[in-house]
Amino acid sequence: MAGPNSIFDVAQRGMSAQLVRMNAAASNLANAGTVTGSEAKAYRPIRAVFAEDLNRANGMASVKVQGVMRENGAAIREHNPDHPLADQNGDVWGAPVDENAEMVEMLESSRQYQNMVEALSTAKQLMLETMRLK
Amino acid sequence: MSQSLFGIHAAALELRSQRMGMIASNIANAATPGYKAKDIDFHAALAKSQAGNADGDTDAAAKGSVLYRTPVMPSMDGNTVEMQSEQLAFSENAVGYSATLEFIRGRVDTLTRAMRGE
Repeated sequence: MAGPNSIFDVAQRGMSAQLVRMNAAASNLANAGTVTGSEAKAYRPIRAVFAEDLNRANGMASVKVQGVMRENGAAIREHNPDHPLADQNGDVWGAPVDENAEMVEMLESSRQYQNMVEALSTAKQLMLETMRLK
Repeated sequence: MSQSLFGIHAAALELRSQRMGMIASNIANAATPGYKAKDIDFHAALAKSQAGNADGDTDAAAKGSVLYRTPVMPSMDGNTVEMQSEQLAFSENAVGYSATLEFIRGRVDTLTRAMRGE
């Protein structure tokens, strides 16, 4: 896909990317504290990876989501023989989600989203003023 | 034509608009690893656009005056976007755009009045 053509393109793609990032953080938070019966099946946090999307013709650069990757942190082993999912050693495996880090991620994402909205509304205002020039 | 009608303001408005796009790009890429924030040196670009005698080659002037921003505090992921600098540059640019627009509006008003013979 070619790069952005206008400031609206830049803002739209930037905001979409932030939304993907926010959704990833929300998924991680929702899965915090879930346990499974094996290490391999434990939930691993997902993370959106951003990349620059440059339009060489006009020098404007937007963001594209290169992919949503799964982190490979070690699952948290918990000894709990009474748990229905416990394996033969009496262990369950918890998701390695750091709630604080996810909250910070979400906060940062929402601030950057807000910044984009602010910049877009200013740009829109100026464009409208230019258009009304008689 | 527009150059003689509006003088320096035609090129200035065009450059302000291009700079707005560039700073918006920086704001959009605030979380992109390895992204280097760019900005147009407005003063140099305007001087370049005025040096060309043709009908304001503002595109080339803007492209020739793009500089990378020096970060106050470099971050680990190689991203050099700093929100405070970008917001400041964006609002400064928006005010400049408004001012230029006001000059153009004044010129248009003058001409309209002259044509109407008021």
